[in-house]
Amino acid sequence: MHADAFDRYHHGHSLLHHLDARIKVVVTVAFILSNVLLPDGAWAAFGLAFIFLLIANALSQLGFGFTLKRSFVALPFALAAVTAVFSIPGHALAEWHLGMITLIPTDAGLLRFVSILVRSWLSVQMAILLVSVTEFPDIIHALTHLYVPSIITTIIAFLYRYLFVLTDEVMRLMRARQARSAAAPGSRSGGNVWWQARVAGNMAGQLFLRSYERSDRIYNAMLSRGYKGQWMAMHVQRIQLRDWLVGVAAVCGLIVMQIVGRL
Amino acid sequence: MELECDGDVVKVNDLHFSYPDGNEALRGVSFNLCAGDKVALVGPNGAGKSTLMLHLNGILTGRGEIEVGGMRLNPDNLPVIRAMVGLVFQNPDDQLFSPTVFEDVAFGPLHMGLSEDEVRARVDEALRMVHMTNYRDRLCHHLSVGEKKRISIATVLSMHPQILILDEPSAGLDPRARRKLINLLHEMPITMLVSTHDMALVKECFPRTIVMDEGKIVADGMTAQILSDAALLEAHGLERP
Ligand SMILES: Nc1ncnc2c1ncn2[C@@H]1O[C@H](COP(=O)(O)OP(=O)(O)O)[C@@H](O)[C@H]1O
Ligand SMILES: [Mg+2]
Repeated sequence: MHADAFDRYHHGHSLLHHLDARIKVVVTVAFILSNVLLPDGAWAAFGLAFIFLLIANALSQLGFGFTLKRSFVALPFALAAVTAVFSIPGHALAEWHLGMITLIPTDAGLLRFVSILVRSWLSVQMAILLVSVTEFPDIIHALTHLYVPSIITTIIAFLYRYLFVLTDEVMRLMRARQARSAAAPGSRSGGNVWWQARVAGNMAGQLFLRSYERSDRIYNAMLSRGYKGQWMAMHVQRIQLRDWLVGVAAVCGLIVMQIVGRL
Repeated sequence: MELECDGDVVKVNDLHFSYPDGNEALRGVSFNLCAGDKVALVGPNGAGKSTLMLHLNGILTGRGEIEVGGMRLNPDNLPVIRAMVGLVFQNPDDQLFSPTVFEDVAFGPLHMGLSEDEVRARVDEALRMVHMTNYRDRLCHHLSVGEKKRISIATVLSMHPQILILDEPSAGLDPRARRKLINLLHEMPITMLVSTHDMALVKECFPRTIVMDEGKIVADGMTAQILSDAALLEAHGLERP
């Protein structure tokens, strides 16, 4: 039994794969920040950001449309911003009556909404690219060396390590449930919805108990190997000249984008 | 049978322990381990084997005396003793808690305060000892059970322990992984205390055997002698190999 559903890393030997993880994390965060800071309707700058993204895709050798294909998963979340269409003051574009309430979309609201969609769509793609070209442990190291507090990086590391163990455990529980919800010939298997809800509740409880006990054992294993309350990490990465060059070039690109967005 | 040493590696005297729920897991355990001893710890489930092992590096503390390497186990020398006792837990998913093999094997030496170069050297050496050198950069959750078990052993070998304590190392292994583990236990020149239900493994690897049942040691002696005592084995739910 093996759960690999969470690994997004795509093995490769491109420039981006070999780039220092710290540079990749910083550039990704800077790219997202830059998108957020661009004014509404800065189409030229958004276009530049898209070109920036395409160049990054090309450098990863995963294919031009690599992140494009995977980017739509996040769109439903961006739709939460749809309220902006009606709540930003501006010229009314129409008037919709829905029973008691009247919705008035405005031009400024629409502009804000579309800008938010574009921003999140671009940002999500860069994040997808980051986890596709960087092994997850390297991202955690990068965060450690970027002075993210160790409590946070430790939690992320444990989450990554035990997500797989936990999903295996869930699968085992589900299999046990399936094995026991057989039906007599002629009747439907699985019981009614209440029965299923009760079983699901029990499973959640089981999972919590098992995880709780496991955390105890892991802590003991850590103590046994000299853990004294302070997690230590090694400096495994060395930033090279090439890493700096790529980082500086990327930041320059972002600055140009900001200037274009404000012209 | 009286063993010819005064317990220079481990000395346990009249150890009692109850879990918080009142379960009396150890009821007066005494034994010695000498340098170079390879000892099997056998007994039915619930006999108290795991509980005893957790006492030897101070994870649990019961009533009684424990000495490791001539030092009384107390809070002051706990860090030193934890480096001397290499305890490997039964479930490798508990033992291997880091994302990568390298990080996990480096965890012990790193937390002992060694320099980074020394840590790297120790990781390479430990992985070589368990024949897993090219697994250095692998992700822990991608390993098979047998690989995880061997990496688990490497995670404590990197601390240069004086004694290796393994809790049911062959449980859940297929025959080939089990054979590799047995060879490994054979070739490692280190004092060992290994709990197991695998009597064939006991016969093959361990000259001395301790039998536990209901929180007490019921027999301690040469493996050949214990394995030939059918009444003893029967009384404590053990099978002859
Ligand atoms: N965390 C715990 N809390 C309460 N009782 C426990 C706990 N762990 C083990 N026990 C009990 O202590 C006894 C000894 O258990 P253990 O040392 O795990 O035995 P063995 O390893 O020989 O199978 C058993 O009766 C077991 O139920
Ligand atoms: Mg046990």
